[in-house]
Amino acid sequence: MNNFEYINATTVQEATAALGSSWSDAVVLAGGTDLLSLMKDYVMSPKRLVNIKNIKELGTISKAGTGLRIGAAVTFDQLASNPLVRQGYPSLAQAVMGVTSPQIRNMGTVGGDLCQRPRCWYYRLGHGVLGMKDGKSLVAEGENKYHAIFPSGAAHFVSASSLGPALVAMGAKLKLVSASGSREVDAAKFFIAPQSNEAREIALLPNEILTEVLLAAAGKNATYEVRQKDALDWPLATASVHLKMKGTIVESANIVLGHVGPTPYHAAGAERALVGKTITAETAMAAGEAAVAGAKPLSQNAYKIQLARVAVKRALLEAAGVKA
Amino acid sequence: MPNYSWPPMDQRKVMGKAHNRLDGFAKSSGRAKYPSDVNREGMVYGVILTSPHAHCTIKSIDTTAAQKMPGVTAVRVTAPAGTEIQWAGAEIAWVAADTEPHARDAVRAIQVAYNVLPHFVSEEKKSKAGTRAKPAGEQTTGDVDEALKAADGVSEGYYAIPVLTHSCLEPHGQVIEWKGDKMEYWPSSQAVSTVAGDLAQQLKIPASQIHVSMDYMGGGFGSKFPSDIWGAECARLSKDSGGKPVKLFLDRATELTIAGVRPSAYANIKVAGKKDGTITAWQSESWATGGFTGGGMPPIPYIFTGIPNRRLNHAAISTNAGGARAWRAPNHQQACFLTFSAIEDFAAKIKMDPVEVLVKNLGLTARAALYERQIRKAQEMADWKKLWHQRGDSGSGNIKRGLGIALSTWGGAGHPSECRIKINPDGSVELEQGTQDLGVGTRTVVAMVAAESLGLTVPDIKVKIGDNAYPVSGPSGGSTTVGGVSSSTRKAAVNALEQLFLKVAPALNADPAKLEAVGGKIQVKGDPSKSMTWKAACQKLGVSSISETGKNDPKNPMGLNTQGAGGVQIADVSVDVETGVVKMNRVVAVADCGLVINPKTAESQVYGGVIMNICGALMEERVMDETLGRVLNADMEFYKLAGIKDIGEIVVHMDVHPDNDKRGVIGLGEPSAISTIAAISNAVANAIGVRVPRVPLSPDHVLTALYGKNMERSRA
Repeated sequence: MNNFEYINATTVQEATAALGSSWSDAVVLAGGTDLLSLMKDYVMSPKRLVNIKNIKELGTISKAGTGLRIGAAVTFDQLASNPLVRQGYPSLAQAVMGVTSPQIRNMGTVGGDLCQRPRCWYYRLGHGVLGMKDGKSLVAEGENKYHAIFPSGAAHFVSASSLGPALVAMGAKLKLVSASGSREVDAAKFFIAPQSNEAREIALLPNEILTEVLLAAAGKNATYEVRQKDALDWPLATASVHLKMKGTIVESANIVLGHVGPTPYHAAGAERALVGKTITAETAMAAGEAAVAGAKPLSQNAYKIQLARVAVKRALLEAAGVKA
Repeated sequence: MPNYSWPPMDQRKVMGKAHNRLDGFAKSSGRAKYPSDVNREGMVYGVILTSPHAHCTIKSIDTTAAQKMPGVTAVRVTAPAGTEIQWAGAEIAWVAADTEPHARDAVRAIQVAYNVLPHFVSEEKKSKAGTRAKPAGEQTTGDVDEALKAADGVSEGYYAIPVLTHSCLEPHGQVIEWKGDKMEYWPSSQAVSTVAGDLAQQLKIPASQIHVSMDYMGGGFGSKFPSDIWGAECARLSKDSGGKPVKLFLDRATELTIAGVRPSAYANIKVAGKKDGTITAWQSESWATGGFTGGGMPPIPYIFTGIPNRRLNHAAISTNAGGARAWRAPNHQQACFLTFSAIEDFAAKIKMDPVEVLVKNLGLTARAALYERQIRKAQEMADWKKLWHQRGDSGSGNIKRGLGIALSTWGGAGHPSECRIKINPDGSVELEQGTQDLGVGTRTVVAMVAAESLGLTVPDIKVKIGDNAYPVSGPSGGSTTVGGVSSSTRKAAVNALEQLFLKVAPALNADPAKLEAVGGKIQVKGDPSKSMTWKAACQKLGVSSISETGKNDPKNPMGLNTQGAGGVQIADVSVDVETGVVKMNRVVAVADCGLVINPKTAESQVYGGVIMNICGALMEERVMDETLGRVLNADMEFYKLAGIKDIGEIVVHMDVHPDNDKRGVIGLGEPSAISTIAAISNAVANAIGVRVPRVPLSPDHVLTALYGKNMERSRA
């Protein structure tokens, strides 16, 4: 790891003042569960780290009107054990409980989850987010069983975020603050599929901090994750669903897949398939089928189509409280 | 000669009773210090520059900048210009610096120009191996073609088991400190008594100058016998750093890349036989790699070596990848997986219960009676008769349950070992042995043997191991340790006791040959009224301690230990056929290790073996990238290992039986780690109705077996 300067900020103002105009100038440190390993492997070598864990307001969850405000430095454990979250947004609690390491749940933060870098092994070996060598994609011809079935251009990695799909499905907004002001972006627009090896996969700018997540009141929601191990493991595919119901009839549905594309994948076809229907094993499976239409698997990952389809089915049944 | 025989089974007071391991508290509380925990004053840290290319020559190497980096005390080059490198991760240069970060920075400052050459890393595609595949020559017995023609049923399958890495939790490495000409050496090793000699040879210094200490070590599994270039360069970095102690342990990525692998195995196999289950023929075309020097040939057909008609072809393939090292039962997991998968497929083909097919053919094995007893026991413990069903006949619903069975065989005779027992005038007893406890309970077992032999309790024995100043004991490999150390301990204790009897006999007015040590007393056999306490007896020694040794001689183990263990395991799994996720319900393990000294640590050994193989069956594989020639998952993230919730229930039955007991002590570490992979693979086939040809049985492989590579078959 290269040497770096360390700023221990106690206010957002202090933190934003310490940021720079490029990612090599300064990077925000919260739980550090991803950033420190990137630095140890020299994948990222920022000159300065700005610790935001001691900014009190970022570490709390509170009601905001009929919705919820979640500070970016809230840990996974705080999120999963918060009664407001468990009651109104079980989708979020289920997503973070998929992180089956208590150590990471205690250290990892909401903001860190959304800003973490891809786990693509080519990226981690220094071949960039697109996994390139000599102008060619290492992923396309290489070991791609954990990669995208919904690639976007040259981006074959999968977004590693656990919360991303659930937040996109529930229409969350993310507050980004810089020294000169603040802006709110839709969670759906926060994730970007980069088309160059140097680009970032999120809308955050180097001089900004993600400070909070804002959620409106949510309908029925759930996240289902397909993971091989019960011990710490990355999901192979996930689905987060958010349903507005009229009695037992689906009025509107938001279905977002995780770990299948470089951004959370919005399965519009599945949503159309559900509107006006009751959730049953059959309609849920049909939605799963519709969700994966248009998948473009690589040489080793067609199996993820099946996993994505099942994740949608099971998330829908869970959200609707239907036993299959 | 004294009678060294083990006390009769029904008269043992300590041996055969479950005893907690002596170092359990030290380990669970963090007090146990492993070699990588050793820190010395003024210590510097060694870091290795390794090759990023799988095949290359070094065009030039320049260490000038590295030498000037902060904190650097030494820089060494072991792959100078002109050196040909044959795998990524191969060592090129070495740096020692005052902190590990400084050493890492300096390694990055070494300028190397490579001439990159073509590489080959993916041996499963044998047709691409060309001259890298070295055929072993056909082996034929009987008339296979005729037997295939005459058979009532022939199964035909492709089976693949990948390269695994040892993934030792404590990586390979050591701390070395020179004190003048003498060296203190703290290695993470399986060979306390021999590793110094090995290092001495590399350094061309007398072995007598090297003092080895190792109280604990964090896993070796066969990969930690030699001192390796890592030990030699650590010593040289120390010299070059003006004698400062050096700590050099491989980092995780390097550990998983170059510190040893289990070879892969791939095979096309036909098994033929009669309707009644009698196996008549075996035909296999197999290949494997263990790295650049090729790979070992799994001994197939495994256990059923007497199949009358056999045709075998095998090729060892050289790849540009880190080399093989012994891996807990070398070649046996692969052979067991290939053989028992193929036999189970034959049983499915003729629609017979595989248990009955195995029993029917036990005449083709070397231990028919033992296996039959073990199979029946395992069958009963696993509820086989209730839970087994014809392949794929698992009912509706997406969770399918299945059972699978496999057998194992191993040697496990005791290695050469010497033990010294001291009995001191204050009554204390010291046991010295140049052996090592790899975490398996060696300390506890030798203390139990000494306590049993001296009529004392385990806490009365002070066990001193892990030091090459103690009497020489063999390396811990091949499951040879327990037989060796228990036998030498028994003999040393009997010899020491004989000396004590000579001193005590006059006071008891008895013939020394008529004395015995029981329950903390020395007494006259048959007349317990004539006795004195152990402490009082030892006071008769005056000022001199008794110091006696005992040796295990593998050529004449005197009935104390022997070889040849059989075992049976049954796996019970549930497979989610919508996701391909396999969950372990239970593994039943019937294990034979002759005379069982400590049932508790013996059972733990079996747990360890089973857990290791659950990882191997469901999760582990080394992933190589063809373009880069590198290991992609040299980490604990995508080199997947099971956690506690992935293990399911493990039920162990130690086959404690007078017939086994009278054979003496047999090692258990390896036999427990052989048959789980095959049993799980068979259980999955039984559950889902098709063979998953490729281990690990991960969701991609399971779903591909069910629905085709492009998920083209219908999904029920």
